[in-house]
Amino acid sequence: MESRHKSMKAFGKNLALPEVQLKIINRKNGFPTFNEKFLKVGEGELRTSKIEIMQINLGKICNQVCKHCHVDAGPDRTEIMTKKTMELCLEALANSDIQTVDLTGGAPEMNPNFKWFVSEVKRLNRHIIIRSNLTILVTNGFEDYPRFLADNAVEIVSSLPYYKASFTDKQRGDGVFEKSIKTMKLLNGLGYGKGETGLIFNLVYNPVGAFLPPGQECLERDYKRELAKNFDLVFNNLYTITNMPISRYLDYLLVSGNYEDYMAKLVNAFNPAAAENVMCKFTLSISWEGNLYDCDFNQMLELPVIEGSPRHIRDFNQSKLESRRITVGQHCFACTAGAGSSCGGEIA
Amino acid sequence: MDTYYNPKDLNKFAEISEGAPELWKKFNSWYTEVFKDGALSEREKALIALAVAHAVQCPYCIDAYTQAALEKGADLEQMTEAVHVASAIRGGASLVHGVQMKNVNGKLTM
Repeated sequence: MESRHKSMKAFGKNLALPEVQLKIINRKNGFPTFNEKFLKVGEGELRTSKIEIMQINLGKICNQVCKHCHVDAGPDRTEIMTKKTMELCLEALANSDIQTVDLTGGAPEMNPNFKWFVSEVKRLNRHIIIRSNLTILVTNGFEDYPRFLADNAVEIVSSLPYYKASFTDKQRGDGVFEKSIKTMKLLNGLGYGKGETGLIFNLVYNPVGAFLPPGQECLERDYKRELAKNFDLVFNNLYTITNMPISRYLDYLLVSGNYEDYMAKLVNAFNPAAAENVMCKFTLSISWEGNLYDCDFNQMLELPVIEGSPRHIRDFNQSKLESRRITVGQHCFACTAGAGSSCGGEIA
Repeated sequence: MDTYYNPKDLNKFAEISEGAPELWKKFNSWYTEVFKDGALSEREKALIALAVAHAVQCPYCIDAYTQAALEKGADLEQMTEAVHVASAIRGGASLVHGVQMKNVNGKLTM
């Protein structure tokens, strides 16, 4: 594979374009469509229920260039949410009863208005989750961020693809495991991951290759045992997440010749119980530009919320967005395979 | 090119049921039960299966249980150690028969 110091977009790869990705993943290859399969669950079309989470993508800039990244994030990306769009998000939040704000990116910390935004969300008394890649928190210029997150009781969710360096560095880049351990020690020192403090620190496992994730509970036991034994580290929960066959992970699947088998695996592992609990039913996803999507994956594929719904945060209307029909495609099979997958791990 | 082993044949495994559906049903339910989490974890069982697959040199099983071991949370290091266990037993099994060679040699030579 190509050197991973910049995004596919920076390499000028065609596959960086959402329409090219969609053409590949939605082509007829003998599989039922996601819609056909979902209809058999017997709940009718996939629709949202109550919006519980506002997931906000603060931008595509990131200090890492992970091989599986569905955002195609990297240091070269310039798309970033402005303070004005953040203000619109705050206004929408204030006019809603959504209790959780989930900040993602890129590396959300790299948005220059990150701290201001977190403080403002906190002022609205909402729970904040940040998807942090860990290494950014020990990068020059960000050293005070861990303390800031702790002071604001921000829940941290971080990818650590394995409890050993080998798999982690293969997916996320050389030296990432060591830096991640360093950050985890720092976070534990601030009270993160320790039950009594209430500062929540969760880890995310996602497969380093073309296979499905293991059972969450079993792997969590391994992670807890090995990280405690080898590094004296603690965390709250482990989420296992299935890789989405889009963007850089799609590139990996195609280049390695695993694409067809991986899609077959996802379709064959369709689990109706997981399908009933997919995260898009409870989430509203907002892009760096303020556009509205059913999830972060649809956002990257530029599949907006269905026509007739408000499509920009400036037009936010909670009741109009609830019970909207969700835009689906073949990539949705990644969320319904096996025990299911969401930003909070297994769902079945 | 024709070959006795075709990776796609693995997906046809269930077609074996055609000749003896009841036996397949029994095999399948026993097989499923065997690999469930029990006194041994699913991952430990997948690693044992991977080692046995190498000992019996079944390409289908090697393919299936490499995937299964990865999907149960094993990594290359653990899978390689499992293969070494199988290899050590196979090698050791040959070597320990050297005792028989020594017995015969002891009886026949001065």
